[in-house]
Amino acid sequence: MINKNSTTILSVQGLRASINGTEILKGIDLTVKRGEIHAIMGLNGSGKSTFAKVLAGHSAYEVTGGSIQFEGKNLLELPPEERARAGLFLAFQYPIEIPGVANTQFLRLAYNTVQGQRGKAELDPLEFDDFVREKMKLLDMKPDFLDRSVNEGFSGGEKKRNEILQMALLEPKLSILDETDSGLDIDALKIVANGVNQIANPNNAMILVTHYQRLLDYIVPDFVHVMQAGRIVMTGGKELALELETRGYDWISANKQSVAGVIV
Amino acid sequence: MSETTHTNYLECLLKSWSTKPTESLSWLSQLRARAIDRVSTQRLPTKRDEEWRFTDISSLADLPYQPSQPDSNLQVQDIAHLCVKEVKNRLVFVDGHYSSQLSTIIDSAALVIGNLPAFLSTHASILESHLGQYAKFDNNVFTALNTAFLRDGALILIPKHTAIAEPVHLLFIATQNEVTSYPRCLLIGETGSNVTLIEDYVALQQGTYITNSVTEINLAANAHAKHIRIQRESTQAFHLANCAVSLAHASNYQSVSISLGSQISRYNLDVRLTDEAAECTIDGLTLIADRQLADTHTCIDHLKPNGTSRQQHKCIVDDAAHAVFNGKIMVRPHAQHTNSSQSSRNLLLSKTAQVNTKPQLEIFADDVKCAHGATVGQLDQEEIFYLESRGLSEVAARNLLTYAFGAEIISRIPVTSLRQQLEQTVLNQTQSN
Ligand SMILES: Nc1ncnc2c1ncn2[C@@H]1O[C@H](COP(=O)(O)OP(=O)(O)OP(=O)(O)O)[C@@H](O)[C@H]1O
Ligand SMILES: [Mg+2]
Repeated sequence: MINKNSTTILSVQGLRASINGTEILKGIDLTVKRGEIHAIMGLNGSGKSTFAKVLAGHSAYEVTGGSIQFEGKNLLELPPEERARAGLFLAFQYPIEIPGVANTQFLRLAYNTVQGQRGKAELDPLEFDDFVREKMKLLDMKPDFLDRSVNEGFSGGEKKRNEILQMALLEPKLSILDETDSGLDIDALKIVANGVNQIANPNNAMILVTHYQRLLDYIVPDFVHVMQAGRIVMTGGKELALELETRGYDWISANKQSVAGVIV
Repeated sequence: MSETTHTNYLECLLKSWSTKPTESLSWLSQLRARAIDRVSTQRLPTKRDEEWRFTDISSLADLPYQPSQPDSNLQVQDIAHLCVKEVKNRLVFVDGHYSSQLSTIIDSAALVIGNLPAFLSTHASILESHLGQYAKFDNNVFTALNTAFLRDGALILIPKHTAIAEPVHLLFIATQNEVTSYPRCLLIGETGSNVTLIEDYVALQQGTYITNSVTEINLAANAHAKHIRIQRESTQAFHLANCAVSLAHASNYQSVSISLGSQISRYNLDVRLTDEAAECTIDGLTLIADRQLADTHTCIDHLKPNGTSRQQHKCIVDDAAHAVFNGKIMVRPHAQHTNSSQSSRNLLLSKTAQVNTKPQLEIFADDVKCAHGATVGQLDQEEIFYLESRGLSEVAARNLLTYAFGAEIISRIPVTSLRQQLEQTVLNQTQSN
């Protein structure tokens, strides 16, 4: 929800990043305020996941220019775990499997680390079990996912739900969901979208990376950005996603740098 | 370390052989005599032997430790911390010698269990048809030595269609330094029987000694056995072990072996699927540091059709330690429809740690499914990043992943308290800060 008086949570300016000497991000500008939901769309390989991982602090990417402010802090100075503790969350496009670590152990460790950092009480295994089961109901997840290894053997949709469960537990200030909708059946999509909507509030913000309008039917974005070759080349309101759905991306190249609808 | 030293070494070891009490049973004296005969025609293996390429045991040649003498006043409370809660039947051997005082035998009605010599007259023919029949010593000097010095040992016989609910614990405790002990186990699972066996090697103090053990397991048709083997000897000890398993029709053998101790250890596991539809699952974890060397050689031999084997071996190697894994899988010409998979995964925690891994598939049947893979590496950067992105520090992430790497194998131990104890051991050994 757009609120003129709300404060900026994320401010990205002229961000450039490369991997193994290849520049992928070529000057990204993006401002996200509290309460807002942003969608980022764009062709395969345009740099959406790269942007998400650079925000989360993946060390394989070298930031070669620009700046990222997160709640006024210079995010680029922080290692990934401190970004997470400061309230930034990335739901991975391809969640990692960790054989040998029970999901419940992992979730509790993450939860307690972040809680401890915020000066809040940590939960012992029994307390955590009650807490996490409540959150799982929200996402219609079966309790036996707790005893299985993190993401190991989970179906594509189950992995995505597990990401949203982590988001629900960690209560981030800024969540970046990288194609959380891909691979979900319609029922799962509704459940996940419902979970996301319950977490969204005027004090936090979200960036949804998606290829499909159908997610945006359930989670209505305030802004839609189009990414192309490492830049945001167009920004609009929720109608832009509908337009992309019917017209594809070809027409945008011709209108590069134009701003449809809203000015950010 | 010339050949002559090695020959002298064996001669030295054998000096004490003649002083052993002679058995009245002729088949056993003959078995021992054949074994001693084979010792004298063999030598200590060197790195020039293909099977010992990576494992240098030449330092053994300077340690011609004589067989231990029974010399223990261990009390039950001294070993309380080694007892496994779920266990009802426990056989304890101190430096290779059976201790009736420390052992507890509860269901002697349901199964045959105890020290080998106690059964020589009551179970003569069954012992004769199994003992020394699976662990061959013709080309294995350590099995030959063990058989030559065979005296005490564990016998477990599970009668037909009997399932033993509680695990049986064989506890081999080292208390003396500068001795050799020769533990021996024989497990006979009759048709349709079911048992869980824990074979556990521990030391009560640091020090140098040698354990040369031989285990034989025979499962008749439809018999099931779970075999948990834990090698937690002193880190200055030498542990040389051979285990031979023979599987009959539709029998099922599951093994989890954990190697933690010893300066130098070598574990040979040979599993023969001698009849149709036999199954085995072989999991192994080696967790070593400092200058330890741990060598695991396994051979899974599919002789008949429709057999299944699944193997996963993992090594976590720190400091200047060195792990060796050689996993041979044989599929004989008649063993059609064999389904076999093998994975060897190795984690190096330091620049000086070393692993040699060699899957070795020898397939002579055409209609089979065999998959194998081996990896050697450091922790996965993507996994570390995933955990960091959830707020864990890099050190915490590395520790958790290292632990998890080992815990995957530990989790297959079917005895809860033992599993938890080993989880704690792995946790302690994989944490850095
Ligand atoms: N290690 C690498 N070395 C070189 N190029 C890389 C590397 N990793 C990613 N890239 C390239 O960076 C570009 C952007 O990839 P990214 O994953 O960010 O795209 P995306 O917009 O998320 O695509 P998708 O919609 O398919 O998820 C791609 O062309 C990709 O091939
Ligand atoms: Mg992507």
